[in-house]
Amino acid sequence: MATVLVHVATAAGTADEISLQALTFARGLAAGGDVHALVVGDEAAAATLGTWGATRVHVANHPSLGAPAPDARARILGDLADRLGADAVVGPGTESGNTILARCAARAGLPFAANCTAVSLGSPTTLTRLRWGGSLLEEAALHAGRAILTVAAHAVAATETGGSAAVEAFTPDLDEADLAVRVVDRVAAAAGGVSLADAKVVVSGGRGVGSESGFAPIEELAGLLGAAVGCSRAVTISGWRSHTDQVGQTGTKIAPNLYIACGISGATQHMAGAKGAKKILAINKDSEAPIMAAADYVVIGDLHAIVPAISAEIRRVRGA
Amino acid sequence: MKVLVLIKSVPAVAGRITLTPDGRAIDTKHLGFAIGPHEECAVEEAVRIVEAHGGEAVVATLGPSQALEQLRDALALGIARAIHLVTDGEEWDAGSTAAALVDAIRADEAESGPFDAILLGNEAGDSGGYQVAVRVGRALGRPTVTGVKGLSLDGGTARCEQESEGGRDVYELRLPAVIAVLEGINLPRFPSVPGRLRAKSKPVATSQPSRPAQGLEMLRLVVPQGAAKQAEVLGRGPEAAPAVVAVLDSLGVL
Ligand SMILES: Cc1cc2nc3c(=O)[nH]c(=O)nc-3n(C[C@H](O)[C@H](O)[C@H](O)COP(=O)(O)OP(=O)(O)OC[C@H]3O[C@@H](n4cnc5c(N)ncnc54)[C@H](O)[C@@H]3O)c2cc1C
Ligand SMILES: Nc1ncnc2c1ncn2[C@@H]1O[C@H](COP(=O)(O)O)[C@@H](O)[C@H]1O
Repeated sequence: MATVLVHVATAAGTADEISLQALTFARGLAAGGDVHALVVGDEAAAATLGTWGATRVHVANHPSLGAPAPDARARILGDLADRLGADAVVGPGTESGNTILARCAARAGLPFAANCTAVSLGSPTTLTRLRWGGSLLEEAALHAGRAILTVAAHAVAATETGGSAAVEAFTPDLDEADLAVRVVDRVAAAAGGVSLADAKVVVSGGRGVGSESGFAPIEELAGLLGAAVGCSRAVTISGWRSHTDQVGQTGTKIAPNLYIACGISGATQHMAGAKGAKKILAINKDSEAPIMAAADYVVIGDLHAIVPAISAEIRRVRGA
Repeated sequence: MKVLVLIKSVPAVAGRITLTPDGRAIDTKHLGFAIGPHEECAVEEAVRIVEAHGGEAVVATLGPSQALEQLRDALALGIARAIHLVTDGEEWDAGSTAAALVDAIRADEAESGPFDAILLGNEAGDSGGYQVAVRVGRALGRPTVTGVKGLSLDGGTARCEQESEGGRDVYELRLPAVIAVLEGINLPRFPSVPGRLRAKSKPVATSQPSRPAQGLEMLRLVVPQGAAKQAEVLGRGPEAAPAVVAVLDSLGVL
């Protein structure tokens, strides 16, 4: 049995999905012990966490916490962990979850393990975590009296227990220094077309497309399928397309029903972003390209001839 | 402005990862080395800051002797000098890496004056620790922002932009500050031939820190077994189009 504290990120009354996954993961770590959840400000979201397995929910209210302030969150989390005598402090494996938990560890002078997929608390704690965006796993020993870690996105599915939890509001201690790093302004983004991360179909081009203008047939096929256009890093560093289109470890993670990869070799770092695709169709002139091993369907040959032929065939079938 | 950029040399893996027999490292017999995309952008950002404001850009790494190659790459892009903390090739966890880098930063600053900005990648390309920046910032008592996709420095402040749901969050940090950037913040330049030649004669200061006990001790690496797939070959060349469209139809995406 262990006492586990989970940092739950929320927005306007709703807990974020990856945080709920972390809460489910934390239940396993606690093994019947208390699962505490920390929420900043959001009472409405806090009230929902009992059904997701929290046994006690702590809501930190403070007049200076209206805007994100990662050092303040780390301090609140660390102070609460001390007060509860937590054996483990857990967060979601998201950009903000990783920075908050890392800051919490840095303050305490303890190690931090990001993006864990399996953890067994003990001395030492042993764990498995993602490297290379998930293309490689690391098994490690965490030598610390308190395990501080994040849970990799989708390592587990969030499951409800249907339980209930006491919700306690408190006012955390914060100093000016904890608030030095905080959001002072928000700039709205212009609404775009089909978002790559949410697209049901993605058509991507790689170095094999050859040029910026070479993407016209890819765009055409994507247009016919209502798909988003993606690309590999070879394309973005050549300046052919913006980085917002890049699929991969350092680009966007996609989860479409179908991923059509044209002239892409299938480097591990590219595939790290396409693991969520249900089906992959690879179009490549090299039948030995690594992507062939990850694909469900392949067409071998020159994409410059094949992609327009597919668009033409779609038009023909639809016209009939 | 004085800017420091921290980079990590990682194996340039492409198709499939192969491990050494003991399972404790990637087999690099047939691989080169590189820095991660986020760090390439950090180097580019450092060079741009010095181009815009004058001053000096410095690069530092902790890694085995072959990491000198990645330092030279950065020097070829316009960084003035390098600091190499040479290891024996054994891996260092992120906590001890940050501590050694902090010692080196303190020593350099005692001699050459403070860095206005320390730039890093958001996470290392290989180990993805997500923590060196905040550890360095914490140890030096400097404000730190991670996940930065837009940066401008003026006078004594850094304006850092982070992508968020539906827009961008803006932070304003008082310098000196620590900033971890993401790929996409800029489009890095490629080194020129004269740049490569100049890099050969730029100074590289070396030291050999000793590796402390590891808080996060790597035991072994495992290549995850993906579902073994046997791809269906739909055909060769444009004649495959009808077969492709039949598949699109069967998947319900037509
Ligand atoms: C830390 C790190 C992170 C990285 N992150 C990413 C990332 O997020 N996303 C990413 O994509 N990469 C990433 N990379 C880079 C990655 O390793 C590869 O370099 C990159 O994915 C290669 O892109 P590519 O497949 O387009 O090019 P290549 O590997 O050059 O492949 C081109 C392919 O096109 C085929 N081809 C050529 N001409 C034609 C034609 N006419 N018709 C059909 N096929 C053709 C070739 O057979 C080949 O298979 C990262 C690298 C590192 C080190
Ligand atoms: N060995 C190293 N030498 C220099 N900088 C490093 C090293 N390891 C990590 N860094 C820097 O810290 C960033 C984040 O690394 P990490 O926290 O390990 O994911 C990297 O992108 C680099 O900029």
